[in-house]
Amino acid sequence: MLELKNIQKTFNAGTINEKKAINGLNLTLENGDFVTVIGGNGAGKSTILNLIAGVFPVDQGTIHLNGFNLTGLPEHKRAKYLGRVFQDPMMGTAATMGIEENLALAYRRGKTRGLGSGITAAEREIYREKLATLGLGLEERMTSKVGLLSGGQRQALTLLMATLQKPDLLLLDEHTAALDPKTADKVLQLTEEIVARDGLTTLMVTHNMKHAIQYGNRLIMMDAGRVVVDIRGEEKKNLSVRDLLEKFNIENDRMLLSE
Amino acid sequence: MNFVNLFNALPGAMAQGLIWGIMAIGVFITYKVLDVADLTVDGSITTGGATCIILMVNGCNVWLAMLGAIIAGLLAGLITGILHTLMGIPALLAGILTQLSLYSINLRIMSGKANQAISVDKYDLLVSLRRIPNAILIGALFTVVIIALLYWFFGTSLGCAIRSTGANPNMSRAQGINTDLTKVLGLMLSNGLVALSGALLAQYQGFADVNMGRGAIVIGLAAVIVGDVIFGKIFRNFALKLLSVGFGAIIYYAVIQVVLWLGLNANDLKLLSAVVVAIFLAIPYWKGKYFNKAAKKEGK
Repeated sequence: MLELKNIQKTFNAGTINEKKAINGLNLTLENGDFVTVIGGNGAGKSTILNLIAGVFPVDQGTIHLNGFNLTGLPEHKRAKYLGRVFQDPMMGTAATMGIEENLALAYRRGKTRGLGSGITAAEREIYREKLATLGLGLEERMTSKVGLLSGGQRQALTLLMATLQKPDLLLLDEHTAALDPKTADKVLQLTEEIVARDGLTTLMVTHNMKHAIQYGNRLIMMDAGRVVVDIRGEEKKNLSVRDLLEKFNIENDRMLLSE
Repeated sequence: MNFVNLFNALPGAMAQGLIWGIMAIGVFITYKVLDVADLTVDGSITTGGATCIILMVNGCNVWLAMLGAIIAGLLAGLITGILHTLMGIPALLAGILTQLSLYSINLRIMSGKANQAISVDKYDLLVSLRRIPNAILIGALFTVVIIALLYWFFGTSLGCAIRSTGANPNMSRAQGINTDLTKVLGLMLSNGLVALSGALLAQYQGFADVNMGRGAIVIGLAAVIVGDVIFGKIFRNFALKLLSVGFGAIIYYAVIQVVLWLGLNANDLKLLSAVVVAIFLAIPYWKGKYFNKAAKKEGK
C-alpha cells in the first residue's frame, strides 16, 4: 500500500521562477491498484512520480510504501522497492551496454553488488525466456548493444527491467508518449499483461485520456499539484472520454487532441 | 637525417609508451567508462612517482614502494571523488582542485625538493632506461596483468555498476546503484593505475620531478583516442579496447620520436601534443557535421 500524506513541493522557492508543483497532495493506493494519472501540463503528474522515486526530496509530507517510510531515503535505496519506466526511451537503459547486461543490472536491483560475476549462464536463460515473452525477437540478440534498438523496443526492455525483480510499486511516467501510436499500443498491452500477471501496484501517468480510461482500475486527475478527480470501480469502467471532458471541463489542448 | 639514430631511439620510445600506456588505461577508465574527464592525473602521476622514489630512497623494497604509490593514487582519486560527489563540484573542476593541491603535497612528499634522483646502481629498480629491453618486458607484463585484472573486474556486478554509471546515471540509480559510490570507486581505480604508472616512470627515468605530470592528461587522452581511431573498428571486446589504449601510447611515443628526429624543438612537444589531440577530438564532430552522407542527399 502506498500512502502519500500532505505532500508539498515547490521548485525555485524564493525566486521569481517559484513554482508550487505539489500542493498538499494526499493519495493512497491499495495493493494491486492500477491507477492512471491524467492532468494538464504542470499539474504535477511527473513531479509526484519523481518524489516517490526520490529524484528530489519532498518539502513536506511523508511517503510510506507497505508501511515503510521512504521519505528520507536516497533514490538508489528506494529503487529496491520501485520499478520505473520513463518517458524518454533513452533514459531507462544503458545504450552502450548489451541487452543481457542491462537485464543483469536490473536483476541486481536491491541486492549488494560485489565481486561476483556480473552475469551468469543461468541468468542468461531466464533473460532469454523473459525476452521471448515480449515477442520482439530480442532473445536472439541478447549481446546487441541497446543503442541499436528502436524506441519501442527500448521501452519494452525497460518495462521488463523494471519488473524483473517484482517491484512493490511500478511507476510509469508517460512511458508511451514518445512512441508512434501502433508501438505505443503494443507497449501498453505488454504493460497490462505484466501488471496483471504479477499483480503489480502501478501508477501510470499519461497524456492520453483514452489510455487513462482503457487501462487500470482507477483514474485520478491532477490539477495545480492536487488530486481533483478520483474515479474507481464501476464508475471507472463505464467512463468515456466525453464524460471526462464534460464533467471536468478540461481545457488542455494536448489532452483534447489525443481523444 | 640519420635513420640509425631513429632506430636506436625507438626501443626507448616503446618502453616509455608501455609505461605511459598504464596511465592511459587509467584515463580510459574515467574518460570512456565513467564518462568523466578527470584532470587529477597530472598530479597523481607525480604523486605515484614521488611516493615510490622517496620510499625506496628511505630503504623500502621496490614492490612495497610501488604499492605505496598505488595507495597514494587511490587516495588522490578519493579526494577528487569526494569533491565531486559529496561537495557537488563539477568533475572537471574537482580534478583541477585536486591536481593543484597535489603540487604542494608532492613537494611535501619529496621534502620540499623539486626533484629527487635515484641511482640504478645503488637501488634495485624494476625498470630503468639503462636496461631498455628489460623495461619493455616489464612494461608489457604489467600491461597484460592490468588488462586481465580490469577485464575481470568490469565483468563483476560492481564493475558492471561502474560501467552503467558512466553509460546512464539516471537509469543506474533507478536500478539501485549508488552512483556517487561508483563514481568515487572509478576515480580511485583510475588514479591508482596512474600512480602506478608514475612509479614506473620515475624509476625508468631515474628521478621523480614535481613537474613530471604536466600535460599527462593530454598524453593519456592522445593514447585513448589514437588507440580508438586505429583499432576501434577491429577491437570490440573490452580487453582488446584496453589493449588498444596501450598500443595508442606506444604509437604516440613512436610518433614523438619521429618528429624529434625530424628536427622538432623538444620544447614545442607539448604544443604539438595538444594540437594532435584537438584534431583527433574534432574529427568525430566534423564527420557528423559535414560528412553525413544521408543528410547531404536529403538537402538540395
